[in-house]
Amino acid sequence: MVDLAMQATHAETPAADSRLKALSRFKLSDAVFGALARLSAMTVLLILSGVILSLIIGSLPTLRAYGFSFLTSQSWNPPLEKFGAAPSIYGTLVTSAIAMLIAVPVGIGVAIFLTELCPPALRRPVGIAIELLAGIPSIIYGMWGFFVLNPFLQSVLGSGLSLFTAGLVLAIMVLPFISSITRDVFDTVPPMLKESAYGLGCTRWEVIKNVIIPFTRVGIIGGVMLALGRALGETMAVTFVVGNANRISANLLDPGTTISATIANQFGEAEPGLYTSSLMTLGLLLFLVTFVVLSCARLMLMRLERRAGA
Amino acid sequence: MPAANALPEKISVKDLKFFYGANLALKGVNLPLYDRKVTAFIGPSGCGKSTLLRVLNRMYDLYPKQRAEGEVLMDGENILDPRQDLNLLRARIGMVFQKPTPFPMSIYENIAFGIRLYENLPKSEMDGRVEQALRGAALWDEVKDKLAASGLSLSGGQQQRLCIARSVAVKPEVILFDEPCSALDPISTAKVEELIDELKAHYTIAIVTHNMQQAARVSDYTAFMYLGDLVEFDETDKIFTAPKQKATQDYITGRFG
Repeated sequence: MVDLAMQATHAETPAADSRLKALSRFKLSDAVFGALARLSAMTVLLILSGVILSLIIGSLPTLRAYGFSFLTSQSWNPPLEKFGAAPSIYGTLVTSAIAMLIAVPVGIGVAIFLTELCPPALRRPVGIAIELLAGIPSIIYGMWGFFVLNPFLQSVLGSGLSLFTAGLVLAIMVLPFISSITRDVFDTVPPMLKESAYGLGCTRWEVIKNVIIPFTRVGIIGGVMLALGRALGETMAVTFVVGNANRISANLLDPGTTISATIANQFGEAEPGLYTSSLMTLGLLLFLVTFVVLSCARLMLMRLERRAGA
Repeated sequence: MPAANALPEKISVKDLKFFYGANLALKGVNLPLYDRKVTAFIGPSGCGKSTLLRVLNRMYDLYPKQRAEGEVLMDGENILDPRQDLNLLRARIGMVFQKPTPFPMSIYENIAFGIRLYENLPKSEMDGRVEQALRGAALWDEVKDKLAASGLSLSGGQQQRLCIARSVAVKPEVILFDEPCSALDPISTAKVEELIDELKAHYTIAIVTHNMQQAARVSDYTAFMYLGDLVEFDETDKIFTAPKQKATQDYITGRFG
């Protein structure tokens, strides 16, 4: 429509003509660019649904054979082809919970220190150290946990390889995620907002508690969610230190297993059939657990938003 | 330079120098803020007027490398003294900023928050104080039915009045306004100016503004600053009708700045 109008009014002069040509060239490249962007987005969706689909297809035999009892059964007996996921699910949730209990307060504390309290000279070195912590490959955490933390905890608590140890290693691994994201969102608080709170006579703690943390709540929860996602799925380090015992124990110092540790330990020897299918089902479960956790966090966020009335 | 009169000085600035690192931003300023009067600070950007305001509540203390020399006496007590309790000082000297800065909480909580820092009141009394503060800032009628809504849901002008109410609620003695209307439309500006006029019955007020008419409208005294110096300080009427300095004359008539 617009083009037609322009042609009608300006097409007479040569200058306007060349401008029209340029415009139509832009339009072509714009269309190509749009199509490429759409394609990229579609690819992501395609890959995601492909992964889900193959997990579902792979787990069909298990689901047919055991149904719901796969979730509640505690046995894992390849010769008898008796498989159950309860210990793995339990271990996954417990180790992640321990990790979060430790890493969230410490991570936020680190971020508060870095943004509000730290002398400027220390700020960069400590910040870089934390980013480096995030860059360490998980196998190194696993080795460190097995060869260093394990004997240490063995001598102190009387138990080295356990759900607790796995939670502790996970806490260290996710700490940098929480603190670097929280630090970044703390930096987004407008100085004027902080000054207004100080201007009322707030102490540093009051400013942090009542202004900085509420203002950045969404970002903090986002960082915690990311960390939780990583903790739930982390395989290597956990497999080293969790003890790989397929049982449910209320004592956190007992060995246990997690979904990803079970898969990592067993996929090599799994025979086709129910064994392999059970591992696939575990994978599907991990996917679902992560999905549910992230959805819960999202719901929580929405509720918080509504309460704040923003 | 100050006009000869016997008004009580709430705050006396004496030979105040201020440094941003090695950069001298105030070059020895002497100035009174008279009790329950409005003093306006005018001058081109970078002249040091906002800096002066930030010295009065020691806001610069938040930032390393910023420091002040000289004396600022409030009721005879030097507030630049390192032993000065900053939280107490800032409770006595409230500040309203260029942009509205409501806290991320409800309208009610925005007011109650500051009060709670100093007093532990039962709910009914707190309700009264919140209402009183909001009425004081001419905002009560507009928000009384939505006190639980977020402070951020208000319009810019309402947010700024909320911030004024918040400052007033902690019962300060002095209120500093740092270009309080620079982000507001003319109608909101008029409301805030009206409010400043009412507030001066109870508070000593300092206001930084780029708006000459605003300075002329709201203030009793005007200080013209330029490049870190106080060029002229006098009653507002005199500054705007018969300035003694040529620079002041040039600035208020718009010949520079």
